[in-house]
Amino acid sequence: MKEARELYLSRLSLVNFKNYQELDLDLSDKINCFVGQNGIGKTNLLDAIYYLSFCKSFLNPLDTNNINYDSDLFVIQGKYSRDGEEEKIQVGVKRGSKKLVKRNKKDYSKLADHIGFCPLVVVSPLDTNLVTGGSEDRRKFIDGVISQFDKSYLDRLIKYNKILQQRNKLLKEFNKTGRFDEETLSVFSDQLVILGTKIYNARKLFIEELIPVFQQYYEFISGDREKVHLDYKSQLQEADFEKLMSTALQKDRILQYTSVGIHKDDLIFTLQGHPMKKVGSQGQQKTYLLSLKFAQYEYIKKINGLRPILLLDDVFDKLDSFRVEQIVKLVSDKEYGQIFFTDTNKKRLTHILEKIQISNKIFHIVSNGFEESSI
Amino acid sequence: MIEREFPSKLLDKAVNEFSKLPGIGKKTALRLVLHLLKQEKEDVNAFGNALIQLKNEIKHCKVCHNISDNETCEICSNQLRDKSIICVVENIKDIMAIEATQSYFGTYHVIGGIISPMDGIGPADLNINSLVEKVSSGEVKEVILGLSTTMEGETTSYYIFRKLAKYNIEISVLARGVAIGDELSYADEITLGRSITNRTKFETTYNE
Repeated sequence: MKEARELYLSRLSLVNFKNYQELDLDLSDKINCFVGQNGIGKTNLLDAIYYLSFCKSFLNPLDTNNINYDSDLFVIQGKYSRDGEEEKIQVGVKRGSKKLVKRNKKDYSKLADHIGFCPLVVVSPLDTNLVTGGSEDRRKFIDGVISQFDKSYLDRLIKYNKILQQRNKLLKEFNKTGRFDEETLSVFSDQLVILGTKIYNARKLFIEELIPVFQQYYEFISGDREKVHLDYKSQLQEADFEKLMSTALQKDRILQYTSVGIHKDDLIFTLQGHPMKKVGSQGQQKTYLLSLKFAQYEYIKKINGLRPILLLDDVFDKLDSFRVEQIVKLVSDKEYGQIFFTDTNKKRLTHILEKIQISNKIFHIVSNGFEESSI
Repeated sequence: MIEREFPSKLLDKAVNEFSKLPGIGKKTALRLVLHLLKQEKEDVNAFGNALIQLKNEIKHCKVCHNISDNETCEICSNQLRDKSIICVVENIKDIMAIEATQSYFGTYHVIGGIISPMDGIGPADLNINSLVEKVSSGEVKEVILGLSTTMEGETTSYYIFRKLAKYNIEISVLARGVAIGDELSYADEITLGRSITNRTKFETTYNE
Protein backbone atom coordinates (compact mmCIF):
# COMPACT_ATOMS: atom_id res chain seq x y z
CA MET A 1 0.00 0.00 0.00
CA LYS A 2 1.08 3.53 -0.73
CA GLU A 3 2.59 5.36 2.25
CA ALA A 4 0.22 7.97 3.65
CA ARG A 5 1.35 11.55 3.27
CA GLU A 6 2.25 13.79 6.14
CA LEU A 7 0.00 16.38 7.74
CA TYR A 8 0.63 18.40 10.88
CA LEU A 9 -0.30 21.66 12.52
CA SER A 10 2.87 23.60 13.31
CA ARG A 11 1.38 26.72 14.85
CA LEU A 12 -1.96 27.49 16.45
CA SER A 13 -3.07 31.08 17.12
CA LEU A 14 -6.26 32.07 18.90
CA VAL A 15 -7.98 35.38 19.48
CA ASN A 16 -10.94 35.52 21.86
CA PHE A 17 -11.73 31.83 21.45
CA LYS A 18 -13.54 30.55 24.54
CA ASN A 19 -11.31 31.21 27.57
CA TYR A 20 -8.30 32.29 25.48
CA GLN A 21 -8.04 35.98 24.70
CA GLU A 22 -4.80 35.66 22.85
CA LEU A 23 -2.60 32.64 22.31
CA ASP A 24 0.21 31.45 20.05
CA LEU A 25 1.52 27.91 20.30
CA ASP A 26 4.33 26.28 18.35
CA LEU A 27 3.55 22.59 18.19
CA SER A 28 5.45 19.38 17.84
CA ASP A 29 4.88 17.48 14.61
CA LYS A 30 4.35 14.27 16.61
CA ILE A 31 3.03 14.29 20.16
CA ASN A 32 1.54 17.28 21.97
CA CYS A 33 0.12 17.14 25.47
CA PHE A 34 -2.07 19.67 27.17
CA VAL A 35 -2.11 19.17 30.92
CA GLY A 36 -3.75 21.18 33.66
CA GLN A 37 -6.62 21.30 36.10
CA ASN A 38 -10.32 21.02 35.36
CA GLY A 39 -11.81 24.00 33.57
CA ILE A 40 -8.45 25.45 32.57
CA GLY A 41 -9.17 25.01 28.86
CA LYS A 42 -7.40 21.85 27.68
CA THR A 43 -10.29 20.59 25.62
CA ASN A 44 -10.91 24.08 24.22
CA LEU A 45 -7.53 23.84 22.50
CA LEU A 46 -8.56 20.56 20.88
CA ASP A 47 -11.82 22.17 19.87
CA ALA A 48 -9.93 24.98 18.13
CA ILE A 49 -7.98 22.40 16.13
CA TYR A 50 -11.24 20.61 15.33
CA TYR A 51 -12.66 23.91 14.07
CA LEU A 52 -9.81 24.23 11.59
CA SER A 53 -10.73 20.86 10.07
CA PHE A 54 -14.53 20.82 10.25
CA CYS A 55 -15.41 24.55 10.48
CA LYS A 56 -17.40 23.83 13.64
CA SER A 57 -17.02 22.84 17.27
CA PHE A 58 -17.39 19.28 18.52
CA LEU A 59 -18.61 20.60 21.87
CA ASN A 60 -20.95 23.47 21.15
CA PRO A 61 -23.03 23.58 17.97
CA LEU A 62 -23.69 27.32 18.22
CA ASP A 63 -20.67 29.22 16.87
CA THR A 64 -21.30 32.40 18.84
CA ASN A 65 -21.21 30.43 22.10
CA ASN A 66 -17.52 29.88 21.47
CA ILE A 67 -16.67 33.57 21.51
CA ASN A 68 -14.94 34.86 24.65
CA TYR A 69 -17.55 36.43 26.96
CA ASP A 70 -16.70 40.08 26.48
CA SER A 71 -15.89 40.24 22.79
CA ASP A 72 -17.66 40.20 19.45
CA LEU A 73 -15.59 37.81 17.45
CA PHE A 74 -13.09 34.97 17.60
CA VAL A 75 -10.38 34.01 15.16
CA ILE A 76 -8.54 30.69 14.95
CA GLN A 77 -5.49 30.46 12.75
CA GLY A 78 -3.53 27.34 11.97
CA LYS A 79 -0.31 26.93 10.05
CA TYR A 80 -0.15 23.45 8.60
CA SER A 81 2.43 21.44 6.80
CA ARG A 82 0.45 19.39 4.33
CA ASP A 83 2.35 16.96 2.16
CA GLY A 84 5.35 19.30 2.38
CA GLU A 85 3.40 22.45 1.47
CA GLU A 86 2.66 25.22 3.93
CA GLU A 87 -1.06 25.96 4.29
CA LYS A 88 -2.68 28.63 6.42
CA ILE A 89 -6.24 28.01 7.55
CA GLN A 90 -8.31 30.61 9.34
CA VAL A 91 -11.75 30.42 10.88
CA GLY A 92 -13.47 33.61 12.00
CA VAL A 93 -16.83 34.03 13.69
CA LYS A 94 -18.34 37.43 14.41
CA ARG A 95 -21.64 38.04 16.14
CA GLY A 96 -24.29 38.93 13.59
CA SER A 97 -22.33 37.99 10.47
CA LYS A 98 -21.47 34.92 8.47
CA LYS A 99 -18.75 32.51 9.52
CA LEU A 100 -15.67 32.90 7.34
CA VAL A 101 -13.18 30.17 6.58
CA LYS A 102 -10.06 31.04 4.61
CA ARG A 103 -7.29 29.01 3.10
CA ASN A 104 -4.16 31.04 2.41
CA LYS A 105 -6.18 34.24 2.83
CA LYS A 106 -8.75 33.20 0.25
CA ASP A 107 -12.38 32.74 1.35
CA TYR A 108 -14.15 29.47 0.79
CA SER A 109 -17.54 30.08 -0.82
CA LYS A 110 -18.82 26.76 0.54
CA LEU A 111 -17.62 25.44 3.88
CA ALA A 112 -18.23 21.90 2.68
CA ASP A 113 -15.35 22.36 0.22
CA HIS A 114 -12.90 22.63 3.10
CA ILE A 115 -13.99 19.50 4.94
CA GLY A 116 -11.54 16.69 4.29
CA PHE A 117 -8.68 19.06 3.47
CA CYS A 118 -7.12 18.54 6.90
CA PRO A 119 -8.53 15.15 7.96
CA LEU A 120 -8.94 14.68 11.69
CA VAL A 121 -10.26 12.12 14.15
CA VAL A 122 -11.31 13.02 17.66
CA VAL A 123 -11.92 10.73 20.63
CA SER A 124 -13.63 12.49 23.49
CA PRO A 125 -15.63 11.48 26.57
CA LEU A 126 -18.72 12.66 24.68
CA ASP A 127 -18.30 9.74 22.29
CA THR A 128 -19.49 7.28 24.93
CA ASN A 129 -22.91 8.01 23.41
CA LEU A 130 -21.82 5.76 20.61
CA VAL A 131 -21.89 2.78 22.97
CA THR A 132 -24.53 3.82 25.47
CA GLY A 133 -26.77 6.10 23.40
CA GLY A 134 -29.53 5.39 20.89
CA SER A 135 -29.13 4.00 17.38
CA GLU A 136 -29.24 7.51 15.95
CA ASP A 137 -25.79 8.24 17.41
CA ARG A 138 -24.36 5.19 15.69
CA ARG A 139 -25.94 6.02 12.33
CA LYS A 140 -24.49 9.52 12.68
CA PHE A 141 -21.06 7.96 13.16
CA ILE A 142 -21.40 5.87 9.98
CA ASP A 143 -22.87 8.70 7.94
CA GLY A 144 -20.27 11.18 9.16
CA VAL A 145 -17.39 9.04 7.94
CA ILE A 146 -18.87 8.04 4.58
CA SER A 147 -20.17 11.46 3.63
CA GLN A 148 -16.78 13.05 4.21
CA PHE A 149 -15.65 11.39 1.00
CA ASP A 150 -18.82 10.61 -0.86
CA LYS A 151 -20.83 13.74 -1.54
CA SER A 152 -23.51 11.83 -3.44
CA TYR A 153 -24.01 9.64 -0.36
CA LEU A 154 -24.70 12.75 1.68
CA ASP A 155 -27.02 14.08 -1.01
CA ARG A 156 -28.98 10.81 -1.06
CA LEU A 157 -29.18 10.76 2.72
CA ILE A 158 -30.57 14.28 2.89
CA LYS A 159 -33.12 13.45 0.19
CA TYR A 160 -34.06 10.21 1.90
CA ASN A 161 -34.74 12.01 5.18
CA LYS A 162 -36.83 14.68 3.47
CA ILE A 163 -38.93 12.13 1.60
CA LEU A 164 -39.33 10.13 4.81
CA GLN A 165 -40.70 13.23 6.52
CA GLN A 166 -43.15 13.81 3.67
CA ARG A 167 -44.27 10.20 3.67
CA ASN A 168 -44.87 10.22 7.43
CA LYS A 169 -46.80 13.44 7.14
CA LEU A 170 -48.91 11.90 4.40
CA LEU A 171 -49.68 8.84 6.54
CA LYS A 172 -50.81 11.11 9.35
CA GLU A 173 -52.92 13.08 6.91
CA PHE A 174 -54.65 9.88 5.70
CA ASN A 175 -55.54 9.05 9.24
CA LYS A 176 -56.93 12.49 9.91
CA THR A 177 -59.03 12.79 6.78
CA GLY A 178 -59.93 9.11 6.52
CA ARG A 179 -59.04 9.21 2.83
CA PHE A 180 -56.32 6.84 1.62
CA ASP A 181 -54.49 7.73 -1.61
CA GLU A 182 -52.22 4.84 -2.43
CA GLU A 183 -51.01 6.41 -5.65
CA THR A 184 -49.45 9.42 -3.95
CA LEU A 185 -48.03 7.35 -1.13
CA SER A 186 -46.33 4.98 -3.53
CA VAL A 187 -44.53 7.88 -5.21
CA PHE A 188 -42.78 8.50 -1.90
CA SER A 189 -42.32 4.80 -1.12
CA ASP A 190 -40.69 4.16 -4.50
CA GLN A 191 -38.21 6.96 -4.02
CA LEU A 192 -37.34 5.76 -0.52
CA VAL A 193 -36.67 2.29 -1.92
CA ILE A 194 -34.33 3.57 -4.63
CA LEU A 195 -32.37 5.90 -2.35
CA GLY A 196 -32.47 3.61 0.69
CA THR A 197 -31.08 0.64 -1.21
CA LYS A 198 -28.11 2.70 -2.39
CA ILE A 199 -27.46 4.03 1.10
CA TYR A 200 -27.69 0.51 2.50
CA ASN A 201 -25.11 -0.79 0.04
CA ALA A 202 -22.70 2.03 0.85
CA ARG A 203 -23.09 1.46 4.59
CA LYS A 204 -22.61 -2.28 4.22
CA LEU A 205 -19.45 -1.82 2.21
CA PHE A 206 -18.02 0.64 4.71
CA ILE A 207 -18.78 -1.50 7.75
CA GLU A 208 -17.45 -4.66 6.15
CA GLU A 209 -14.18 -2.83 5.73
CA LEU A 210 -14.28 -1.41 9.24
CA ILE A 211 -14.95 -4.66 11.15
CA PRO A 212 -11.64 -6.52 10.74
CA VAL A 213 -9.59 -3.39 11.49
CA PHE A 214 -11.69 -2.76 14.56
CA GLN A 215 -11.22 -6.34 15.78
CA GLN A 216 -7.46 -6.05 15.42
CA TYR A 217 -7.33 -2.90 17.47
CA TYR A 218 -9.50 -4.25 20.23
CA GLU A 219 -7.43 -7.40 20.48
CA PHE A 220 -4.24 -5.37 20.66
CA ILE A 221 -5.39 -2.85 23.27
CA SER A 222 -7.04 -5.44 25.51
CA GLY A 223 -4.26 -7.99 25.09
CA ASP A 224 -6.74 -10.36 23.45
CA ARG A 225 -8.38 -11.14 26.77
CA GLU A 226 -12.00 -10.72 25.71
CA LYS A 227 -14.01 -11.39 22.58
CA VAL A 228 -15.91 -8.49 21.10
CA HIS A 229 -18.02 -8.16 18.01
CA LEU A 230 -19.27 -5.40 15.79
CA ASP A 231 -22.20 -6.08 13.49
CA TYR A 232 -24.28 -4.08 11.10
CA LYS A 233 -28.00 -4.56 11.55
CA SER A 234 -30.45 -3.45 8.91
CA GLN A 235 -33.94 -4.57 7.96
CA LEU A 236 -32.68 -4.63 4.39
CA GLN A 237 -30.57 -7.69 5.21
CA GLU A 238 -33.73 -9.78 5.59
CA ALA A 239 -35.46 -8.86 2.35
CA ASP A 240 -35.14 -6.28 -0.34
CA PHE A 241 -36.46 -2.86 0.49
CA GLU A 242 -39.27 -2.89 -2.03
CA LYS A 243 -40.72 -6.05 -0.54
CA LEU A 244 -40.32 -4.78 3.02
CA MET A 245 -42.09 -1.60 2.10
CA SER A 246 -45.10 -3.30 0.55
CA THR A 247 -45.42 -5.80 3.41
CA ALA A 248 -45.33 -2.99 5.96
CA LEU A 249 -47.98 -0.89 4.23
CA GLN A 250 -50.87 -1.81 6.53
CA LYS A 251 -48.69 -1.50 9.59
CA ASP A 252 -47.46 1.94 8.48
CA ARG A 253 -51.03 3.11 8.01
CA ILE A 254 -51.89 2.16 11.57
CA LEU A 255 -48.67 3.49 13.09
CA GLN A 256 -48.82 6.62 10.92
CA TYR A 257 -45.11 6.50 10.24
CA THR A 258 -42.70 4.56 8.07
CA SER A 259 -41.70 1.47 10.03
CA VAL A 260 -39.12 0.02 7.64
CA GLY A 261 -36.02 1.45 6.06
CA ILE A 262 -32.43 2.45 6.58
CA HIS A 263 -33.52 4.98 9.19
CA LYS A 264 -33.85 1.95 11.49
CA ASP A 265 -30.28 0.71 10.90
CA ASP A 266 -27.99 0.13 13.84
CA LEU A 267 -24.59 -1.14 14.84
CA ILE A 268 -24.61 -3.97 17.34
CA PHE A 269 -21.78 -3.97 19.86
CA THR A 270 -21.24 -7.16 21.82
CA LEU A 271 -18.84 -8.46 24.47
CA GLN A 272 -18.60 -12.25 24.82
CA GLY A 273 -21.91 -12.40 22.98
CA HIS A 274 -23.77 -9.97 25.25
CA PRO A 275 -24.67 -6.35 24.57
CA MET A 276 -21.72 -4.07 25.34
CA LYS A 277 -24.05 -1.44 26.74
CA LYS A 278 -25.26 -3.83 29.45
CA VAL A 279 -22.27 -5.98 30.37
CA GLY A 280 -19.24 -3.87 29.49
CA SER A 281 -17.35 -2.07 32.23
CA GLN A 282 -16.53 1.60 31.68
CA GLY A 283 -12.97 0.62 30.77
CA GLN A 284 -14.17 -2.00 28.30
CA GLN A 285 -16.62 0.41 26.72
CA LYS A 286 -13.84 2.93 26.39
CA THR A 287 -11.59 0.35 24.78
CA TYR A 288 -14.40 -0.47 22.39
CA LEU A 289 -14.85 3.15 21.50
CA LEU A 290 -11.15 3.71 20.98
CA SER A 291 -10.87 0.68 18.71
CA LEU A 292 -13.79 1.99 16.68
CA LYS A 293 -12.15 5.38 16.35
CA PHE A 294 -8.78 3.89 15.42
CA ALA A 295 -10.52 1.85 12.73
CA GLN A 296 -12.13 5.05 11.49
CA TYR A 297 -8.68 6.64 11.48
CA GLU A 298 -7.34 3.85 9.27
CA TYR A 299 -10.27 4.17 6.89
CA ILE A 300 -9.90 7.92 6.50
CA LYS A 301 -6.16 7.59 6.04
CA LYS A 302 -6.66 5.02 3.30
CA ILE A 303 -9.18 7.07 1.38
CA ASN A 304 -7.76 10.54 1.95
CA GLY A 305 -4.10 9.60 1.55
CA LEU A 306 -3.11 11.98 4.36
CA ARG A 307 -2.41 10.93 7.94
CA PRO A 308 -5.27 12.46 9.90
CA ILE A 309 -4.56 14.52 13.01
CA LEU A 310 -5.62 12.61 16.12
CA LEU A 311 -7.19 14.36 19.10
CA LEU A 312 -7.38 12.23 22.24
CA ASP A 313 -9.33 14.00 24.93
CA ASP A 314 -8.87 12.46 28.35
CA VAL A 315 -8.54 8.94 26.89
CA PHE A 316 -6.49 7.39 29.69
CA ASP A 317 -9.15 7.98 32.29
CA LYS A 318 -10.80 4.70 33.42
CA LEU A 319 -8.28 2.50 31.60
CA ASP A 320 -5.91 0.13 33.38
CA SER A 321 -2.16 0.66 33.02
CA PHE A 322 -1.79 -2.23 30.57
CA ARG A 323 -4.31 -0.73 28.15
CA VAL A 324 -2.80 2.73 28.51
CA GLU A 325 0.57 1.31 27.57
CA GLN A 326 -0.86 -0.54 24.60
CA ILE A 327 -2.49 2.65 23.31
CA VAL A 328 0.73 4.57 23.65
CA LYS A 329 2.56 1.77 21.81
CA LEU A 330 -0.02 1.99 19.07
CA VAL A 331 0.08 5.71 18.43
CA SER A 332 3.86 5.91 18.68
CA ASP A 333 4.00 3.75 15.59
CA LYS A 334 5.09 5.59 12.48
CA GLU A 335 1.69 4.90 10.93
CA TYR A 336 0.26 7.70 13.03
CA GLY A 337 0.90 11.36 12.40
CA GLN A 338 0.40 14.25 14.76
CA ILE A 339 -1.38 13.53 18.03
CA PHE A 340 -2.82 15.74 20.76
CA PHE A 341 -3.47 14.42 24.26
CA THR A 342 -5.16 16.09 27.17
CA ASP A 343 -4.82 14.91 30.74
CA THR A 344 -5.21 16.27 34.24
CA ASN A 345 -2.36 14.11 35.46
CA LYS A 346 1.03 15.41 34.36
CA LYS A 347 2.89 12.64 36.18
CA ARG A 348 1.10 9.92 34.26
CA LEU A 349 1.80 11.56 30.90
CA THR A 350 5.45 12.21 31.75
CA HIS A 351 5.82 8.59 32.77
CA ILE A 352 4.30 7.42 29.48
CA LEU A 353 6.37 9.72 27.31
CA GLU A 354 9.58 8.61 29.01
CA LYS A 355 8.96 5.11 27.70
CA ILE A 356 8.57 6.07 24.07
CA GLN A 357 11.29 8.02 22.40
CA ILE A 358 9.31 10.33 20.19
CA SER A 359 9.56 14.06 19.74
CA ASN A 360 6.99 15.67 22.00
CA LYS A 361 5.91 18.84 23.70
CA ILE A 362 4.05 19.16 26.96
CA PHE A 363 2.06 22.31 27.59
CA HIS A 364 1.22 22.71 31.22
CA ILE A 365 -1.67 25.15 31.33
CA VAL A 366 -1.78 27.30 34.45
CA SER A 367 -4.04 30.20 35.26
CA ASN A 368 -1.61 32.81 33.98
CA GLY A 369 -0.24 31.10 30.90
CA PHE A 370 1.69 28.08 29.67
CA GLU A 371 4.73 26.20 30.88
CA GLU A 372 6.33 24.39 28.01
CA SER A 373 8.54 21.33 28.38
CA SER A 374 9.47 18.15 26.58
CA ILE A 375 10.88 14.77 27.45
CA MET B 1 -38.74 46.25 18.35
CA ILE B 2 -41.62 47.97 20.06
CA GLU B 3 -44.75 48.15 17.90
CA ARG B 4 -45.69 51.78 17.64
CA GLU B 5 -49.21 52.95 17.00
CA PHE B 6 -49.69 55.10 13.94
CA PRO B 7 -51.37 58.48 14.39
CA SER B 8 -54.04 57.55 11.83
CA LYS B 9 -56.26 54.48 11.52
CA LEU B 10 -56.19 54.83 7.73
CA LEU B 11 -52.43 54.80 7.70
CA ASP B 12 -52.41 51.79 9.99
CA LYS B 13 -54.77 49.92 7.67
CA ALA B 14 -52.71 50.63 4.54
CA VAL B 15 -49.44 49.64 6.22
CA ASN B 16 -51.01 46.40 7.43
CA GLU B 17 -52.15 45.50 3.92
CA PHE B 18 -48.70 46.16 2.45
CA SER B 19 -46.91 44.16 5.10
CA LYS B 20 -48.94 41.08 4.12
CA LEU B 21 -46.93 40.97 0.88
CA PRO B 22 -44.01 38.54 0.68
CA GLY B 23 -40.68 40.06 1.66
CA ILE B 24 -42.23 43.25 3.02
CA GLY B 25 -41.93 44.08 6.71
CA LYS B 26 -43.61 46.81 8.73
CA LYS B 27 -40.84 49.36 8.05
CA THR B 28 -40.79 48.89 4.29
CA ALA B 29 -44.58 48.93 4.25
CA LEU B 30 -44.61 52.29 5.99
CA ARG B 31 -42.04 53.69 3.55
CA LEU B 32 -44.13 52.57 0.56
CA VAL B 33 -47.34 53.93 2.00
CA LEU B 34 -45.79 57.32 2.80
CA HIS B 35 -44.38 57.42 -0.71
CA LEU B 36 -47.82 56.78 -2.21
CA LEU B 37 -49.31 59.45 0.02
CA LYS B 38 -46.97 62.00 -1.52
CA GLN B 39 -48.03 61.11 -5.11
CA GLU B 40 -50.73 62.80 -7.22
CA LYS B 41 -54.26 61.56 -6.65
CA GLU B 42 -54.54 60.25 -10.23
CA ASP B 43 -51.39 58.19 -9.89
CA VAL B 44 -52.57 56.53 -6.71
CA ASN B 45 -55.99 55.88 -8.23
CA ALA B 46 -54.33 54.27 -11.24
CA PHE B 47 -52.23 52.13 -8.92
CA GLY B 48 -55.23 50.93 -6.92
CA ASN B 49 -57.38 50.34 -9.98
CA ALA B 50 -54.68 48.32 -11.69
CA LEU B 51 -54.69 45.90 -8.78
CA ILE B 52 -58.48 45.69 -8.57
CA GLN B 53 -58.81 45.16 -12.29
CA LEU B 54 -56.07 42.57 -12.23
CA LYS B 55 -57.81 40.46 -9.67
CA ASN B 56 -61.30 40.88 -11.15
CA GLU B 57 -60.60 40.46 -14.81
CA ILE B 58 -57.64 38.13 -15.13
CA LYS B 59 -58.36 34.72 -16.58
CA HIS B 60 -56.63 31.39 -16.54
CA CYS B 61 -56.12 29.85 -19.95
CA LYS B 62 -58.51 26.93 -20.20
CA VAL B 63 -55.94 24.91 -22.11
CA CYS B 64 -52.75 25.37 -20.12
CA HIS B 65 -53.81 27.25 -16.93
CA ASN B 66 -51.42 30.07 -17.72
CA ILE B 67 -52.46 33.59 -16.70
CA SER B 68 -54.19 35.31 -19.61
CA ASP B 69 -56.50 38.15 -20.68
CA ASN B 70 -58.59 35.85 -22.84
CA GLU B 71 -60.13 32.39 -22.55
CA THR B 72 -57.07 30.91 -24.19
CA CYS B 73 -53.63 32.45 -23.70
CA GLU B 74 -51.44 33.88 -26.44
CA ILE B 75 -49.22 30.86 -26.56
CA CYS B 76 -52.06 28.34 -26.85
CA SER B 77 -53.86 30.40 -29.52
CA ASN B 78 -50.70 30.89 -31.56
CA GLN B 79 -50.97 28.77 -34.74
CA LEU B 80 -47.21 28.49 -35.02
CA ARG B 81 -46.74 26.76 -31.66
CA ASP B 82 -46.48 22.98 -31.75
CA LYS B 83 -49.47 21.64 -29.79
CA SER B 84 -48.10 18.10 -29.74
CA ILE B 85 -45.30 19.05 -27.36
CA ILE B 86 -46.20 20.09 -23.82
CA CYS B 87 -43.79 21.39 -21.23
CA VAL B 88 -45.05 20.91 -17.66
CA VAL B 89 -44.09 23.77 -15.34
CA GLU B 90 -44.92 24.84 -11.81
CA ASN B 91 -46.03 28.42 -12.43
CA ILE B 92 -46.06 31.36 -14.83
CA LYS B 93 -42.58 32.48 -13.73
CA ASP B 94 -41.20 29.28 -15.22
CA ILE B 95 -43.01 29.94 -18.53
CA MET B 96 -41.43 33.37 -18.68
CA ALA B 97 -38.01 31.89 -18.00
CA ILE B 98 -38.37 29.30 -20.77
CA GLU B 99 -39.89 31.83 -23.19
CA ALA B 100 -36.89 34.09 -22.61
CA THR B 101 -34.64 31.38 -24.04
CA GLN B 102 -36.42 31.70 -27.43
CA SER B 103 -35.59 28.04 -27.96
CA TYR B 104 -38.95 26.44 -27.34
CA PHE B 105 -41.86 26.34 -29.77
CA GLY B 106 -44.19 23.88 -28.09
CA THR B 107 -46.89 24.69 -25.55
CA TYR B 108 -47.08 24.61 -21.75
CA HIS B 109 -49.09 23.15 -18.94
CA VAL B 110 -49.04 25.00 -15.60
CA ILE B 111 -49.74 22.64 -12.69
CA GLY B 112 -49.74 25.46 -10.13
CA GLY B 113 -47.50 24.02 -7.43
CA ILE B 114 -45.62 20.91 -6.36
CA ILE B 115 -46.56 17.94 -4.24
CA SER B 116 -45.54 18.45 -0.62
CA PRO B 117 -47.60 16.86 2.16
CA MET B 118 -45.61 18.92 4.69
CA ASP B 119 -47.15 22.06 3.17
CA GLY B 120 -50.52 20.39 2.76
CA ILE B 121 -50.31 20.17 -1.02
CA GLY B 122 -51.40 16.90 -2.62
CA PRO B 123 -51.85 15.90 -6.28
CA ALA B 124 -55.55 16.81 -6.10
CA ASP B 125 -54.62 20.46 -5.51
CA LEU B 126 -52.68 20.61 -8.77
CA ASN B 127 -53.75 20.71 -12.43
CA ILE B 128 -52.63 17.18 -13.15
CA ASN B 129 -55.92 15.60 -14.20
CA SER B 130 -56.38 18.09 -17.04
CA LEU B 131 -52.90 17.17 -18.26
CA VAL B 132 -53.80 13.49 -18.29
CA GLU B 133 -57.00 14.30 -20.20
CA LYS B 134 -55.01 16.26 -22.75
CA VAL B 135 -52.62 13.37 -23.25
CA SER B 136 -55.39 10.78 -23.45
CA SER B 137 -56.98 12.71 -26.33
CA GLY B 138 -54.10 11.37 -28.42
CA GLU B 139 -52.83 14.61 -29.90
CA VAL B 140 -49.74 14.84 -27.72
CA LYS B 141 -46.43 13.33 -28.81
CA GLU B 142 -44.13 14.48 -26.06
CA VAL B 143 -44.37 15.77 -22.49
CA ILE B 144 -41.33 17.60 -21.12
CA LEU B 145 -41.13 17.69 -17.32
CA GLY B 146 -39.80 21.14 -16.53
CA LEU B 147 -40.12 21.18 -12.73
CA SER B 148 -37.51 22.22 -10.16
CA THR B 149 -34.72 19.81 -9.30
CA THR B 150 -35.61 19.92 -5.60
CA MET B 151 -36.80 16.77 -3.87
CA GLU B 152 -40.44 17.99 -4.05
CA GLY B 153 -40.05 18.84 -7.74
CA GLU B 154 -38.66 15.41 -8.50
CA THR B 155 -41.40 13.73 -6.51
CA THR B 156 -43.99 15.60 -8.58
CA SER B 157 -42.22 14.71 -11.83
CA TYR B 158 -42.23 11.08 -10.79
CA TYR B 159 -45.94 11.23 -9.95
CA ILE B 160 -46.78 12.71 -13.34
CA PHE B 161 -44.52 10.22 -15.08
CA ARG B 162 -46.45 7.35 -13.51
CA LYS B 163 -49.76 8.90 -14.49
CA LEU B 164 -48.67 9.19 -18.12
CA ALA B 165 -46.62 6.03 -18.44
CA LYS B 166 -49.43 4.00 -20.02
CA TYR B 167 -49.83 6.37 -22.95
CA ASN B 168 -47.73 5.99 -26.03
CA ILE B 169 -45.87 9.27 -25.77
CA GLU B 170 -42.35 10.38 -25.09
CA ILE B 171 -41.73 11.73 -21.57
CA SER B 172 -38.57 13.74 -21.17
CA VAL B 173 -37.02 15.93 -18.50
CA LEU B 174 -34.86 19.04 -18.69
CA ALA B 175 -31.17 18.11 -18.88
CA ARG B 176 -29.21 18.50 -15.66
CA GLY B 177 -25.63 19.57 -16.05
CA VAL B 178 -22.78 22.00 -15.83
CA ALA B 179 -23.87 25.61 -16.26
CA ILE B 180 -22.54 27.43 -19.31
CA GLY B 181 -19.57 29.65 -18.44
CA ASP B 182 -18.74 27.62 -15.34
CA GLU B 183 -15.35 26.19 -14.60
CA LEU B 184 -15.52 22.44 -14.10
CA SER B 185 -13.59 22.53 -10.84
CA TYR B 186 -16.33 24.71 -9.32
CA ALA B 187 -19.22 22.44 -10.30
CA ASP B 188 -20.59 20.32 -7.46
CA GLU B 189 -20.01 16.58 -7.59
CA ILE B 190 -23.68 15.68 -7.98
CA THR B 191 -24.25 17.88 -11.03
CA LEU B 192 -20.95 16.96 -12.60
CA GLY B 193 -21.65 13.29 -11.98
CA ARG B 194 -24.95 13.58 -13.84
CA SER B 195 -23.31 15.52 -16.67
CA ILE B 196 -20.73 12.85 -17.23
CA THR B 197 -23.26 9.99 -17.14
CA ASN B 198 -25.73 11.79 -19.42
CA ARG B 199 -23.13 13.34 -21.70
CA THR B 200 -24.36 14.58 -25.08
CA LYS B 201 -22.98 14.30 -28.60
CA PHE B 202 -20.62 17.16 -29.34
CA GLU B 203 -22.21 17.94 -32.72
CA THR B 204 -25.52 18.78 -31.04
CA THR B 205 -23.92 21.48 -28.87
CA TYR B 206 -21.64 22.80 -31.59
CA ASN B 207 -24.23 24.62 -33.68
CA GLU B 208 -26.05 26.39 -30.89
